[in-house]
Amino acid sequence: MRSVAELDNLQKEVQSKLEKQAEQAQLIIGMGTCGISAGAKDILTALETELEERELEVIVKKTGCIGLCEKEPLVDVKLPGETRVTYGNLSVEDARRLISEHLENGNIVRDLVVAKMEE
Amino acid sequence: MATNEENIPSYQDLDFYKSQRRLALANCGFIDPESIEDYIASDGYQALSKVLTEMKPQEVIDEVKESGLRGRGGGGFPTGMKWQFAYDASGDKKYIICNADEGDPGAFMDRGLLEGDPHSILEGMIIGGYAIGADEGYIYIRAEYPLAIKRLEKAITAAEEKGLLGEDIFGSGFNFKLQIKAGAGAFVCGEETGLMASIEGERGMPTPRPPFPANKGLWDKPSNINNVETFANIPIIIREGAASFKELGTEDSSGTKVFALTGMIENTGLAEVEMGTTMREIIFGIGGGIQDDKEFKAVQIGGPSGGCLPDEKLDLPIDYDSLIEAGAMMGSGGLVVMDENSCMVDVARFFLNFVQSESCGKCTPCREGTRRMLEILNRITQGEGEEEDLELLRTLAESVKKLSLCGLGKTAPNPVLSTLRYFEDEYEAHIKNDECPGGVCQNLLPGYIIDYEKCIGCTYCIDACPIDVVDGRLEEIHEINEEDCNACGACEPECPVDAIIQKNYIEHFPQYRHLLEEDEEEVEA
Amino acid sequence: MKLTINGEKLEATEGQTILEVAQENGIDIPNLCYSPELKPEGACRMCVVDIEGVADPVTACTTEVSAGMVVETETPSLKKMRKVLVELMLANHDVECLTCDKAGDCKLQDYAYRYSVKKVRFEGEKTEFKGIKDDNPFFIRDNRKCILCYKCVNLCKQVQGEASINLENRGFDTRVTTAFDLPLEEINCQFCGLCVNECPTGALMEKSALRKARNWELKKGSTICPYCGVGCELELNIDENDQIVKVTTNSDNVNRGQTCVKGKFGLDFVNSEERLTKPLIKEEGRFREASWEEALDKVADNFGRIRDEFGGDATAALSSAKCTNEENYLMQKFMRAVMGTNSVDHCARL
Ligand SMILES: Cc1cc2nc3c(=O)[nH]c(=O)nc-3n(C[C@H](O)[C@H](O)[C@H](O)COP(=O)(O)O)c2cc1C
Ligand code: SF4
Ligand code: SF4
Ligand code: SF4
Ligand code: FES
Repeated sequence: MRSVAELDNLQKEVQSKLEKQAEQAQLIIGMGTCGISAGAKDILTALETELEERELEVIVKKTGCIGLCEKEPLVDVKLPGETRVTYGNLSVEDARRLISEHLENGNIVRDLVVAKMEE
Repeated sequence: MATNEENIPSYQDLDFYKSQRRLALANCGFIDPESIEDYIASDGYQALSKVLTEMKPQEVIDEVKESGLRGRGGGGFPTGMKWQFAYDASGDKKYIICNADEGDPGAFMDRGLLEGDPHSILEGMIIGGYAIGADEGYIYIRAEYPLAIKRLEKAITAAEEKGLLGEDIFGSGFNFKLQIKAGAGAFVCGEETGLMASIEGERGMPTPRPPFPANKGLWDKPSNINNVETFANIPIIIREGAASFKELGTEDSSGTKVFALTGMIENTGLAEVEMGTTMREIIFGIGGGIQDDKEFKAVQIGGPSGGCLPDEKLDLPIDYDSLIEAGAMMGSGGLVVMDENSCMVDVARFFLNFVQSESCGKCTPCREGTRRMLEILNRITQGEGEEEDLELLRTLAESVKKLSLCGLGKTAPNPVLSTLRYFEDEYEAHIKNDECPGGVCQNLLPGYIIDYEKCIGCTYCIDACPIDVVDGRLEEIHEINEEDCNACGACEPECPVDAIIQKNYIEHFPQYRHLLEEDEEEVEA
Repeated sequence: MKLTINGEKLEATEGQTILEVAQENGIDIPNLCYSPELKPEGACRMCVVDIEGVADPVTACTTEVSAGMVVETETPSLKKMRKVLVELMLANHDVECLTCDKAGDCKLQDYAYRYSVKKVRFEGEKTEFKGIKDDNPFFIRDNRKCILCYKCVNLCKQVQGEASINLENRGFDTRVTTAFDLPLEEINCQFCGLCVNECPTGALMEKSALRKARNWELKKGSTICPYCGVGCELELNIDENDQIVKVTTNSDNVNRGQTCVKGKFGLDFVNSEERLTKPLIKEEGRFREASWEEALDKVADNFGRIRDEFGGDATAALSSAKCTNEENYLMQKFMRAVMGTNSVDHCARL
């Protein structure tokens, strides 16, 4: 990084990249120590296999702890143009439901939901 | 819009988030901590670019002073002032150190930050390095945080690749490099002089201050050491300005503080609130109150160096100074909530046990004194306490507090002193009445007796008792040998006619009065 | 700069600690881990004093004086806390003063007396004892009596440069030991005995002194070590039979309390029965006693004879490290000027 302009350009570049990504469906999984110890790794594998089997083009992102350690593992589903919805206390089975019900059919899985995230 | 979105609470509606003010944690849970681009997209490294291209070191220090930021590692020392000392110290080589040892049992604020937003800490450290004139920094992190270490390593490599670490950053001529040092997880290595000894490869033992690290720190060079959360606040202060930071919090404690909520509380987790928020708001608002509708008894704030506060202190606004006054301290931000079924003597014993086994052994009061205090607490919780013990405890506590070399010893008696201050009656119940009001201390639990009016002599209780202290023949009245009963309670649910009751109930219920009278008669006889 | 200690107005220079200024002025502040030869350790906490305007007591050995400072060293509350410290040390100590060879010269005992410790209020468990270490000919190490002042460890590292001993475990289980608990003879210990000299208690004791005499029965005599030209000052501790029981040094000496193994542990020859006290002349394979005149004449005659017959270069001289510099000078002068040879040498060069 040699100048302020260089940083600003990079910021614009990555911001537009992220905006582009938002045009696709996203799964965001909490991968802090709290998430992992509650089973986030298994959930992640399950999500990835499921996506592959169903041949879905979805961006899977990892993130840190959002504070709700009590409700880990947490997975957020974000469909293009819609509110991001957080699900918690998930089992591997639950995670698959997020894909079949919310991701594919746009139905929020009410029994697993924690909250929605309004911008 | 998803079809069935209505009636789903939004984050702002959740008790847990409603009164939080997420500043240091703003990125945690939102960005990918392993991607420097995610960080840059959310204004990452903008503060650094501003500092390096527009500000002189003294201006940076002044801005931090102006913000009123105080150290989040426990002591609450004004960060700007500390930077000024290190800046003023003469020396060609200086170091900046991040304290990520996080040794308090029950604390995980720093882990959350390190795992969730490592670049913010890097950015804070580079700014700090520029401000005090250091070209090298260390992150001292406990080895029990492998994920945090991995993410820090990744972050450092990414920052190096982008030229945010290394030589001539932003063309300013400022060079800075960062190293990670994994500590072996001794609590005392979180103490700044012990930490520096540990980086140097020495035994992690604190040394007397002065000389302060600002003048003679790592390898005898001027050094500045700050906590993870302190550093995470720096980019925010630079980006948003000291004035807007100072608007948050109270007069003498500005900004926010991250707390790790644990214990018998509905919502455990990491919460960041404005300084000055009351303990009640944190526990009953954010924390959702006590589990299973039980009564609140106390909250231990500040980890093993802190203190236990009772319900009459729940409306205390949380800031550095009022906590000290109440006999606790901010510490690094651990909050352990205890319900009616906790024993405050046992809680004091737990924390004292922790510090005494973490004492480095250097100075007499801490090494010997904490052990003797622990022995007294062990005696009391085992029902062998004497009345003089409280006096002895106080004498020891005062000497250990006043005479110890480092903060570990100086604060080790706090849990004992604060429980003695607010819950002396519990100590006395243990000592004088052989009772544990919280029902925790095994040796003091009231044993069981059999209501002779109800017993049908079925022998079930005889089979249930693991230590064979029930006597009786089939279809004759059974009796529990009260001396030997250890109150395990195994027999109680086995009785088909509910004839087995715990002894402390009999005086409270009229239907057991006949048992009580019998007891008294025995005493008289 | 001026400051006040216990009401006395005193002069001090910048950089001095409160303890140093007090000692210079005859004010006795208790201390166990302090040594003028060491960086202040601040471990024992016995030297705590009150400074006007400072809330908690500070350690005098680590705190530098400042102008106008007002210090109190024996307030009732300090006495009370020091008493607690002594009790804490005694609670984890093998209190056998009745038979301890250190009794009478033991700082722990002195402070227990000074602060009237009659009964220790905090009895309890003691640090696990791994046995008295008797692993060398010179001294024993008895952990039960160690109060962990760390002087031995620091002296060995900072002064002697050996770092033969260090700590194991932490907290209440801390102990002074060698690497892997190896016997001192198997590691780099020089047996300088510095650690033994400075140990305030009976944890490190000269073997020669065990069960010999109470400390107050010993006569003390100051002398210069006969072994070499360095000239270390030694203090001989002599019992009623004029036997040297142990050799000690002190930090006021030119050698600042240090000696080598010979000075500290090698002076037992003084009392040896086999020691030569008169010159002997060998005749027909047997020694006979002679007077100094006769012996010296004999040496002179033979030196002269060899020089005259074979020339000075037929002789050479090797002098001993036990000689002073002046004696060594004379030796080489004699060889060059009288014997006529340059063949001179000294055992320190070997
Ligand atoms: C026994 C002991 C343990 C400590 N542990 C930590 C720790 O784990 N993390 C931390 O940041 N500070 C810890 N501290 C406080 C540090 O010594 C130091 O004050 C702090 O890192 C300074 O940073 P700050 O000014 O940003 O708070 C500890 C202090 C003591 C006495
Ligand atoms: S107070 Fe405890 S931890 Fe601190 S130096 Fe003394 S013995 Fe070590
Ligand atoms: S005798 Fe000397 S070298 Fe050996 S342990 Fe003691 S101080 Fe160290
Ligand atoms: S052996 Fe003696 S000098 Fe060494 S620490 Fe123990 S008491 Fe101090
Ligand atoms: S002499 Fe000062 S602490 Fe030991």
